[in-house]
This record gives sequence, structure tokens and C-alpha cells, in this order.
Amino acid sequence: MDTSFAQRRRRDLIVAGCLAAIAALVPLFVKDVYVQNIMVLTLMYAALSQSWNILSGYCGQISLGHALYFGLGAYTTALLFTKFGVLPWFGMIGGGLISAVIAMALGYPCFRLRGHYFVIATIVIAETALLLFQNWDWAGAALGIDIPVRGDSWLKFQFTRSKLPYFYFALGLACVAWLVTWWLEDSKWGYWWRAVKDNPDAAESLGVVVFNSKMGAAAVSAFLTAVGGSFYAQFVSYIDPESVMGFQFSLLMALPAVLGGIGTLWGPVLGAVILIPLTELTRSFIGGSGRGVDLIVYGTLIVLISLARPQGLVGLFSGRRKEAVR
Amino acid sequence: MTAETIIQSLASGLLMGLLYGLIAVGLALIFGLMDVVNFAHGEFLMIAMYATFFLFAFFAIDPLLAAPLVAAALFVFGAVVYLLVVRFAVRAKANAGMVQIFSTFGLAIVMRGLAQFFFTPDYRSVTHSWLGGKTISIGGIFLPVPQLFGALVSIAAFGALYFFINRTDFGRALEATREDAGAVALVGIDKNRVFALGWGLGAALVGLAGAIMAMFFYIYPDVGASFALVAYVTVALGGFGSVFGAFAGGIIVGLVEATTALMLPPSLKSVGIYAVYLLVVFVRPRGLFGSI
Repeated sequence: MDTSFAQRRRRDLIVAGCLAAIAALVPLFVKDVYVQNIMVLTLMYAALSQSWNILSGYCGQISLGHALYFGLGAYTTALLFTKFGVLPWFGMIGGGLISAVIAMALGYPCFRLRGHYFVIATIVIAETALLLFQNWDWAGAALGIDIPVRGDSWLKFQFTRSKLPYFYFALGLACVAWLVTWWLEDSKWGYWWRAVKDNPDAAESLGVVVFNSKMGAAAVSAFLTAVGGSFYAQFVSYIDPESVMGFQFSLLMALPAVLGGIGTLWGPVLGAVILIPLTELTRSFIGGSGRGVDLIVYGTLIVLISLARPQGLVGLFSGRRKEAVR
Repeated sequence: MTAETIIQSLASGLLMGLLYGLIAVGLALIFGLMDVVNFAHGEFLMIAMYATFFLFAFFAIDPLLAAPLVAAALFVFGAVVYLLVVRFAVRAKANAGMVQIFSTFGLAIVMRGLAQFFFTPDYRSVTHSWLGGKTISIGGIFLPVPQLFGALVSIAAFGALYFFINRTDFGRALEATREDAGAVALVGIDKNRVFALGWGLGAALVGLAGAIMAMFFYIYPDVGASFALVAYVTVALGGFGSVFGAFAGGIIVGLVEATTALMLPPSLKSVGIYAVYLLVVFVRPRGLFGSI
């Protein structure tokens, strides 16, 4: 049992390394800017969904308010850069730390709540932040912030000529999020989280400090999500509260993990690789009419996948393999 | 700020709150019955408003007369949604909670897309209905007639629901199924039928709310989203599992919203609602009257 688990983990790591290497080579052959844009978004959502999965999937605390941390990351970076000239790299780390601290501060009262009371609390807190940012004049209020172009360099994290640096950063971010999850899965935290998810009362009685486990998951999850937000601000160079903190965004972040397989290592990646290109393609090919056909296709897909594969698409692969072994 | 302004806004807050209760009660009913939160609830409201609008625009049927028709149509719609989508969602063996959230959320997106496709994103409104735009004055306080009517309908609906749940066979079947869906099968109650009727009833109630709201709100494909969040908060504030918690929750939400609007800029009026929700559940994690 132990060896097969260790083997599986080693195999996961090798597969991930190969996939990352292949992904890194793709832009050498794909020069189309539109396609590169979709690839950047896919990698970003893979990273975000992986981060969301740590708190909601592994630890079972379903958050539909993660747009808060994404927005905090984006705003910290953008505000520090435009108001004080601080390099985005510091904004990225700063935004991550602020988000982690806020996640724990909010977790302190919220982790007492269970089920739908918790889910609604996460929605309501993110919505409150959204409204406050929309009314915060210094931060651009509802109009948002235009990030001025100050050059084309890694130092300033701005690239005007090519999208490639963004692509490689997003790939790196997705790899980091995956590796963090991979590492945590087999750490004491990973076991605590699964115990907390399955049965918090039993976990508590066995000596797992449920509250601290949830706090740890929230901090890691919020930090990584904020780094994603900070990247997004640099990538699109314009942010406003609705586009980085809206409720829709919280759902978009959760969807890849849910459809791919919640609480699994590969679910968020698989979900993002399928969902994001599909979303972008339906939007540009049938959404152009502005008549909502893309929404119809997209929504139908969500309904069908969630009904047909409640354990997520990742089960399609591992499930069959298990049967073959038997 | 004079005493009169305060009383005036509290009175309108109360009317709006009763309406919030009516919007939310369908959600509370369905949750109480089978522990499912319908994330397409706002879209149910949206199609009810459109149905009212089209009955008015094409057949010149006033929203007052349209309300029972719309409620009946939504009853059928709710039952169909249960039979086509939710019935399968509750069967999920893995991640039951997520499947329910995302299958009904996917449905919400489809409904919004369909509304955009067939009705266009244009803002519509029911102009010149019988009650629209009229106000009456009670002791110096001006009350808009459509909202006042809505508040009365809400009180009547909760009264009827109370009678229905406690005094009729179907109401008892509903309660029994909610207590133990497995055991009711033994006494010959078809669980699926009860659930379908529960969904129908929940949808009919939000249909009634939609018909009334069509008299004084703009109608557009995304209109449901903003009310849906208020409805979730209303139900959770009252406490999941308690249908009448939604009534109390609605009144509180309406009054808090009106009070916040007196103190903060109008764009922040929802912040008060959210803050009160958080305060309540931090003190009482089951909401005010919740059983779970």
C-alpha cells in the first residue's frame, strides 16, 4: 500500500514535469496571439483553481468568495505600482501576504460556521469588499485603475511586444500551485484537511486541531490566489472592482476544480485545460452576436458534467485504470 | 434627518422586506424539504417577471390578473426543473453539495442565456398598470401602492402556507418526507412526487413575487442575480430549515437596508444587510430560527 502510494506520487511528479516541459515548448510552434492569450488564461485558471481546491477541495470549506483574494492581489500590486512606484514583484508578495492575513482574520469567526451558512458568509464578505472598492475614490472607485506602461522588462513585469513572458510566468505559477498541492497532499496538513472534510467531529476527537487546519488551508489558498490576481493585473494592465472581485469570478475560479475533480491533484488542471479554451472559443465564435448563445452552451455543459460525473472528469482516467488493475 | 424621513424610509423598508420574504420563501421551502439550495432561484424570478411583462405587452393582461397565471406557469416550471435536473443532482454519490450548487448554477446560466437570446438584453418595464405609480398617504407617510399590495400578498401567502403545511394532507406529506424520505415510502408516499410538488410550490411563490415586482422594477436577463443574493441571505438569516424564518428574515433585511440607506451612500445599502447576516451567524451559527 505504502509503496504503491509512493510510486503514484513519484509518477505524478514525473507526469507533471513532462507536461510542463511540453507546455513550455508549445509557444515555439504556436505564434498566434489569440491562441497564446487563451493559453495564458488557461494556465492562470489552472493555478487559481488549484489554490481554491486547497481550501474548498481538500479541506472541504467551500468558498464562493475567493474573488476577494484575487482582487486584493490585483489591487495591492496595481496601487503600489501606480501610487508609489513599487515594483510589481513586491506587490505580488505583499498582496499575497495581505490576503493570507485577511483570510485568517476572516476565518477566525467564519470557520465556526458550517455548510451553507459558511458558503453564504464567503459570498457576502467578498460582495462587501466589492462594494467598498467600488466606493473607494483613492483606489479609482468603480472606474478602476489603468496601469501605465513604463517599459518592457521582467524587472517591471510589463511586456508590450510579446505575450510570451506572461505565458512562462503563468506556466510557472501553475507549476508552483501544483507542486504546493502535491507536497501538501502527503504532509500532515494534507491528512488533517481530509479528516476535517470527511468528519470534523471525528477528526477533533482524534486530536486534529480542526480550527488550525482550516486556518492553514485558508492562508495558503488565499496567498496563491492573490499572486494569481497580481499576475492578472499586470497581464491585462487595467482592473476595476467588478472584473477582479465580482461574484462571477469566484465561481469561475471554482469551476475547473469542480468539473475536473474537487479535492484531487489533477482535477483543477484537467478542468482548466478543457473549460477555459471552450469558454473562450464559444465566446468568440458564437458569443459575438451578443445574444447569449455562448452562455447557453456553457451552462448546459456545466449542468451535464456535474450531473454525469459528480466525482469530476479526472475519475474518467483513474477509474478505468483501477479497473484494469483488478 | 427628521423623524418623518426616518419613519417614511422604515415604512418603505418594511414593505420591501415583506416582498424579500416572498421572494425567499420558495428557496426556504425547497431547502427545508430536501437540503438543496437552488442557485437558479433568481432566474426563476427573472422569467416570472418576463412572463408578466409579455402577458401585459401582448394580451394587455394587467399584472394583478397575470399573477395567478404566472404562479401557475412557474409551478409547472419548478416541477419540470426538479424532474429534469435536480432529481439527478440529489442522486450524486460523490460531492453531493457541489453537484447541487453547480448543476443549479449551470441552469441559471442557461436561463440567462436563453433570456438574452429570446428577449434581448434590453430593459423592459410594465408601464401603466392599474396600480403602477400610485401612492397613498397614511398619516402623512406616503406608500407606493404596488409595494403595499406586494406586502399584503406576502402576508397572505405566508398565512396560506402556514395553513397548507399544518392542515392539509399534502402539507403533512411534505413535512414527513422532509423528516425521513426513506420511511415515507413505506406508507405509500412517492418521494419524487412530493419533491416535484415542493419545487412547483417554491417556484409558484417566487412567480407570485415576480409578477408583483414587474410592476415597479426594470426587467432584463440579469435582474435575478441581484435579488438572488438577498434571497439567500434572507433564508440563512432566518435559518435554514425554517420556512417562517424567511418571513422574519425578509422583514429584517428590508428594515436594515432602509436604515443603511439613511446613513451610507445608496450604493452601499447592501453592506448593512451583509453585516447583519454576519453578526447574526457569528452569534447564532444556525440563523435566527434554523433547525440545522
